[in-house]
Amino acid sequence: MNWLLSGDLPRSRILAFLLIGILACLVLAPFVFPGTRSLNVAAKVAVFILLVASYDLLLGYTGIVSFAHTMFFGIGGYGIGIAAARLGPTWSSLALGIFLSLLASLALAFAIGLLSLRVRAIFFAMITLAVASFFQILASQLSELTGGEDGLNIRLPALLQRSRLATYYAVVLVSFVLFLLLLRIVNSPFGRVLLSIRENEFRAEALGYRTVVYRTLANCLGALMATAAGALYALWLRYTGPDATLSFSIMIDLLLMVVIGGMGTMYGAAVGATLFVVAQNYLQDLMKLASDSASGVPLLPNLLHPDRWLLWLGVLFIVCVYYFPSGIVGRLRR
Amino acid sequence: MDELLALSGVNTHIGQYHILQGVDFSVKKNSLTMLLGRNGAGKTTCLRTIMGLWRASAGKIHFQGKEITRTATPDLARLGIAYVPENMGIFAGLTVKENMVLAARGGALDERRLEWIFGLFPAMKKFWGSAAGNLSGGQKQMLAVSRAIAQPRELLLVDEPTKGLAPAIIAAMIEAFRELKRDATLLVVEQNFHFARSLGDAVAVMDSGRIVHAGAMAELAADEALQQRLLGLSLAAHQ
Repeated sequence: MNWLLSGDLPRSRILAFLLIGILACLVLAPFVFPGTRSLNVAAKVAVFILLVASYDLLLGYTGIVSFAHTMFFGIGGYGIGIAAARLGPTWSSLALGIFLSLLASLALAFAIGLLSLRVRAIFFAMITLAVASFFQILASQLSELTGGEDGLNIRLPALLQRSRLATYYAVVLVSFVLFLLLLRIVNSPFGRVLLSIRENEFRAEALGYRTVVYRTLANCLGALMATAAGALYALWLRYTGPDATLSFSIMIDLLLMVVIGGMGTMYGAAVGATLFVVAQNYLQDLMKLASDSASGVPLLPNLLHPDRWLLWLGVLFIVCVYYFPSGIVGRLRR
Repeated sequence: MDELLALSGVNTHIGQYHILQGVDFSVKKNSLTMLLGRNGAGKTTCLRTIMGLWRASAGKIHFQGKEITRTATPDLARLGIAYVPENMGIFAGLTVKENMVLAARGGALDERRLEWIFGLFPAMKKFWGSAAGNLSGGQKQMLAVSRAIAQPRELLLVDEPTKGLAPAIIAAMIEAFRELKRDATLLVVEQNFHFARSLGDAVAVMDSGRIVHAGAMAELAADEALQQRLLGLSLAAHQ
């Protein structure tokens, strides 16, 4: 177990239970929570755990604030979508789509990193914002290739097309393996250098580390993982489009998930993503129950009306950030 | 003795401020040179300029006969210059061990050297697996020095190693630096004259961004009038 988790054990009993619970729910979801909706939520949780973990590699471990992460997520989705649409629903076209999207993300992340990681953090954030917006416009304008605002419906190879279950387990398995890989990366000597750069760039340089190189590498790794997550999400949805992968609201969600889970901990990504996605999908139902049961009380049913779910989601996050400034995992590990 | 480090006419601007205004001095191999001066004289800026953290706007810096004025900080570290910043410059989020391993730059720590460091600073062995942020001020300073000497270095630049430390810890630091002197060249910025006098072979005194005196430490230690003139203090008052 120690080897599997790269020596980074949960170090908190509650956290260990939470993590085992999340993994068990993901593995058993098709049997324990049957139904399309719950399976959709479970698959989204699996993909977002990987996506949030890859963003935490940048934000939490290296101190890079990037707004281009959903762009890489989108590149993964469009890679699969365009390859399947152009070359047909075969394994080789999927593989080619994934390979080319990984290559494109790598080149883009390398270029952004090398050109702009030398400048101050705020300028880097603005450059990534500009590039991401540009990419979003490109995706909606090149409708011949990308399907424009409508996006692309994806036909998968026969096995995946026939069996939702096979696709689900493929998504969960790949997410899990890549998450463990990220855990290995952040606990390697390379990960320690990233942490030292986050803490004090000058000191890391004075020890002989070329920080631009390390930050660019982290940027590339984060982008590759986000691209893989995007490909998995497109495989699951059998669809890719600007709203599903590129929208700025996903970027905001990502930031929230990292902060709520706990920056600089991979397990925080798992907890944050699960909590957020589940709340996003089930808070409305929970509120309907609460509203119905409070029907005799004045004012309360109105306050708890399912239409106000966004308000309560907001309150939940403010409470989370206020009481767990170092995130849920940071608090549990203290 | 050979010159290991030499600065000639070094000027450094930080924003609109002209901090170093033509600094000239040299550090001889296998010696400990103390850089003294009042607050704001430019001592820390001088170390940071040597380390490439500020760029010299004029003048030249030579290390082992090679010009390093424009050399990037990571490359200076690779040439064998180690820097211990003031205010316990450690990585608080990492453990003592991780701080030390970082200094080895991907290589393994030499066991014998590590034992030697543990001999100098026994607290490092005791808190090997602890988070560096939880150490006391003195222990953090010991870690900062230990990290700089984790591998053999040609030159150690140390900025105010005794700042904010209790007298007992300063005494331990003096012993450690005496041991360090045996196989390294050091340039140490210091405010504590007792510490400086105990260890320094040579001394350079700065004022208003220039070197106003350079010579043997013993000479300055013996000349109270010179101390009074250069530093505004007398050694007698410090004892």
